[in-house]
Amino acid sequence: MTGKDEAELSRLLKAAIAGDERAYADFLHRTAALVRGFARRKIVQGGVDPEDVVQETLLAIHVKRHTWRDDAPVLPWVYAIARFKLIDAFRRRGRRVEIEIDEIAETFAEPETETVSERDINRVLDSLPPAQRSVVSAVSVEGRSIGETAAKFGITETAVRVSLHRGLAAIARRFGRE
Amino acid sequence: MRTEDLIKALDADARSKAMPLRSAWWMATAVAAVIAVVVFWFTIGPRSDIMIAMHTMRFLSKFVFTIVLAGTAFALIHALSTPGASTGKAAAWMAAAPLLVLVAVVLELFAVPEAQWGTRLVGSNMMICMGFIPLIGIGPLAIFLWMLRYGAPTRPVLAGAVAGLLAGGLAATFYAAHCVDDSPLFVATWYTVAIIILTALGALGGRLFVRW
Repeated sequence: MTGKDEAELSRLLKAAIAGDERAYADFLHRTAALVRGFARRKIVQGGVDPEDVVQETLLAIHVKRHTWRDDAPVLPWVYAIARFKLIDAFRRRGRRVEIEIDEIAETFAEPETETVSERDINRVLDSLPPAQRSVVSAVSVEGRSIGETAAKFGITETAVRVSLHRGLAAIARRFGRE
Repeated sequence: MRTEDLIKALDADARSKAMPLRSAWWMATAVAAVIAVVVFWFTIGPRSDIMIAMHTMRFLSKFVFTIVLAGTAFALIHALSTPGASTGKAAAWMAAAPLLVLVAVVLELFAVPEAQWGTRLVGSNMMICMGFIPLIGIGPLAIFLWMLRYGAPTRPVLAGAVAGLLAGGLAATFYAAHCVDDSPLFVATWYTVAIIILTALGALGGRLFVRW
């Protein structure tokens, strides 16, 4: 199970870094399920919403994907980031938490689905400069393509890509600073 | 925003590129070395008798210590800034430089009569040593802390401290070319103090600035 997951995720991330968007979407969905399982298992008392940890982890994975070496295993990398973000989430809420290191093997996901509630990310999104916020919202919440977003705001696709990239980086940074 | 929506946004940004961490570390270290050499050259510069000194074991041994320290710290900091990377082996290698210094100190104690131990240890310019190693190392340290932000260290304080050791090893390598106190007794004492100053600054920087 571990070996198969590892090989598959590694292949997808490699393809994604080479520019394959479909592979990247696939990688992100599978990773989200793994991290969701991990976060739900670790958060036994309330106070931290597992889905916030999932989102912060995905953002961190995205902006830090240059730290993965394609000859290194991908699961330890994913879980190290997830654990860091989980501890961060507890720390922000003024709690201390001990997390065992060697639990990777048992955190294999049943396909778990997200719960819907008010998200930390919305608050951060609201604090972005208007241009970045509207582009990030259009591509994510409204589900528009880069081309559709460019048409909607009357700007070039390149400008959309730049705003999107900067917006996502700013959200990730904001989470790191808090 | 649902996670599903977030994934759409991340996916649309799939084509954005960043320099792989390993290449970035090499480049940052090269830039840090240039900064160190410029500061060194325009402040103290090499000692005047360096051509003669180069033929002595004691003078050359200083570079062995400092270069080994910088090299081992470089390997460790790369592992520390990569999530999930194993750090055990690189951390164990950090013992190499202190062990070499220890061996040199023991040899020196045998080679030099006891009456001279004190003067060898105190040397002639320990204040310069403790001032200039941090001064040469502070620019490189800033670059290494910035690199830690570019990476993803899951133990920022430890990574910051190792950034200080790397900056210290680099700075001490240049400072060693200036310093006329070549005794391992001097090096083991004052270089260590100077490098610890940078290490403490690095740990503090890791605590305050290395967020991601």
